[in-house]
Amino acid sequence: MTGKLGDRLLHGYTWLIIAWLTAPIIVMIMFGFNDKQSKSNTSWQGFTFRWYGELFADSSLTGALVNSLQVAVVSTVLTTVIGTALGLALGRHRFRGRGVSNFLVFAAISTPELVMGASLLSLFVSGNTPRGLATITIAHVLFSLSFVVVTVRARVVGLDPSLEEAARDLGAGTWTTFRLVTLPAIMPGVLAGALLAFALSIDDYVVTSFVNGNQLTFPLWIMGSVKVGIPPQVNVMGTLIFGIGVAIAIANAVASRRRA
Amino acid sequence: MTETQAGTGEAMASPVAPQVPAIELDGVVKEYLANGEVVQAVKGVTLSIAEGEFFSLLGPSGCGKTTTMRMIAGFEDPSRGVVRLHGRDVTNVPPNRRDVNMVFQSYALFPHMNVWENVAFGLRRRKTPEAEIKRRVGETLEIVDLVGREKRRPREMSGGQQQRVALARALVNRPRALLLDEPLGALDLKLRQAMQIELKRIQREVGITFVYVTHDQSEALTMSDRIAVMHDGLVEQLASPREIYERPATAFVAGFIGTSNLIRGTVDRVESGNAVLALDEGGRVLVAEASHRAGDPITITVRPEKITISTEEPAGGLSAVRGTVSEVVYLGLYNSYAVRLADGAEVTVFQQNALDSSSTAERGDAVWLSWQPHHSYAIGS
Repeated sequence: MTGKLGDRLLHGYTWLIIAWLTAPIIVMIMFGFNDKQSKSNTSWQGFTFRWYGELFADSSLTGALVNSLQVAVVSTVLTTVIGTALGLALGRHRFRGRGVSNFLVFAAISTPELVMGASLLSLFVSGNTPRGLATITIAHVLFSLSFVVVTVRARVVGLDPSLEEAARDLGAGTWTTFRLVTLPAIMPGVLAGALLAFALSIDDYVVTSFVNGNQLTFPLWIMGSVKVGIPPQVNVMGTLIFGIGVAIAIANAVASRRRA
Repeated sequence: MTETQAGTGEAMASPVAPQVPAIELDGVVKEYLANGEVVQAVKGVTLSIAEGEFFSLLGPSGCGKTTTMRMIAGFEDPSRGVVRLHGRDVTNVPPNRRDVNMVFQSYALFPHMNVWENVAFGLRRRKTPEAEIKRRVGETLEIVDLVGREKRRPREMSGGQQQRVALARALVNRPRALLLDEPLGALDLKLRQAMQIELKRIQREVGITFVYVTHDQSEALTMSDRIAVMHDGLVEQLASPREIYERPATAFVAGFIGTSNLIRGTVDRVESGNAVLALDEGGRVLVAEASHRAGDPITITVRPEKITISTEEPAGGLSAVRGTVSEVVYLGLYNSYAVRLADGAEVTVFQQNALDSSSTAERGDAVWLSWQPHHSYAIGS
């Protein structure tokens, strides 16, 4: 009897947690279909596909989204390349400055975003660097780099060093060894790091707001429109980004299960 | 030393005519810097391994055997000395340009490739034509008995199968020498023994020089044509398995290979070619072919299975010492006796379990131990 009751409680609790986590997402998706007449998009007024049709009707929103995607793609590629190299070095080799590097990686994760944003701004101002997409990208590389390093390093540490020796022994040079053996072996870590970097970049508000100059990214545009009412297109874009993210995460999980 | 002893023991694989050795190490030293101190992992190893030989580097962990092998493979650069493969100095040649292949202790199979791709890896690097790759990979998988598993991933296979994939991946390149670093270490006893025989068969079949690193003396004795026993960065003895077992050159070798009794004494006199050590209570130890003179201190070894245990005083012409049985252990095939001598030293004796088991000694019995003079072997200190 008690076992049955315990099971029910556990089931109920689990569903509660799931509801708790997904309710905001469901609301976001739902209000992308809201046939609203007034300015605000906060009360349900009927179902429509209109906003999907008029997704790019607001050119400033579209511009902000394009900016965000551009920054996210470029910073993810840069972060993944630099972070993978750094993660390999920190996980595999002992060298002067390794301890300092490890500490800096940790420091970059634990620094509050406000501090990072403010100090970046003063750096760019004192260096007379014009703020814009370039500085946003630099900032995004900076705060997402550590996450790639950490995921790659964890994978490298768990890697049998004789794998690379075996490749060398069988006639592969340094680059071939990396391409055919090392990279495939650490790929799950690299992909996980890249996903994290993309996710961090696409929705960053705090740091971006310090270094954006007169450029707007998707999160900055949304925050700017909170007072006048967020248009349903934002919900639609959020839904699409969420959908793509979920699809990539599932693909990565499936791939790494097949690879592991 | 190496040349003269190559013919003893199993002579089948020793070279007929003098030829260029497959592998030569000449005064090879490997030093590391550990916490600001120079540590010598290998302190000067000189040896030559003949074409087609099954050669073992045997020793406890930390003796330098793996470092020695890694210098042959090219993963470690010697601090001093020369490594030659077929007469060519390869001391500074990277591993991917050396014509030797290694089987790693962890197998180091590429986890994201299937068996076929793993085995074909080396041939692909050499731009071997696809048709030849197909043929050779197929042939090699046949040798290691893995036909039909080409599409398997390493993690879907048992330890023994992974072992054979690792072997195939190295063999398929037809290297001048195959280096095996404790390849059976991760297998259980039964499988290990089966693989020992399997390895020996494969080596005979392909005729490639095998260099085998192990800490397992029975493995080395079973498979090798010659063994280099290493200790503390040096080769203590390099000889055939029989030679190493029967005539250990040093106390370390005697102790590391099998069970051995060490008896220390002083030469009392020389009698008809035998040095005689006089012991208390009328005992004596005879050492054949000893070039010793009266008064010399001497240490001899004698293997436990060479000793006969008896209650009556044995005939002359044998070594004979008295003692008391302090322990009897029944081990199935034989009994192991611990016999304490008058001077307190303990001697181990193996006595085969004969049909007549009534003659065996019991704990507490006073007994005589006897053995032939040529089974006492004087060793360097």
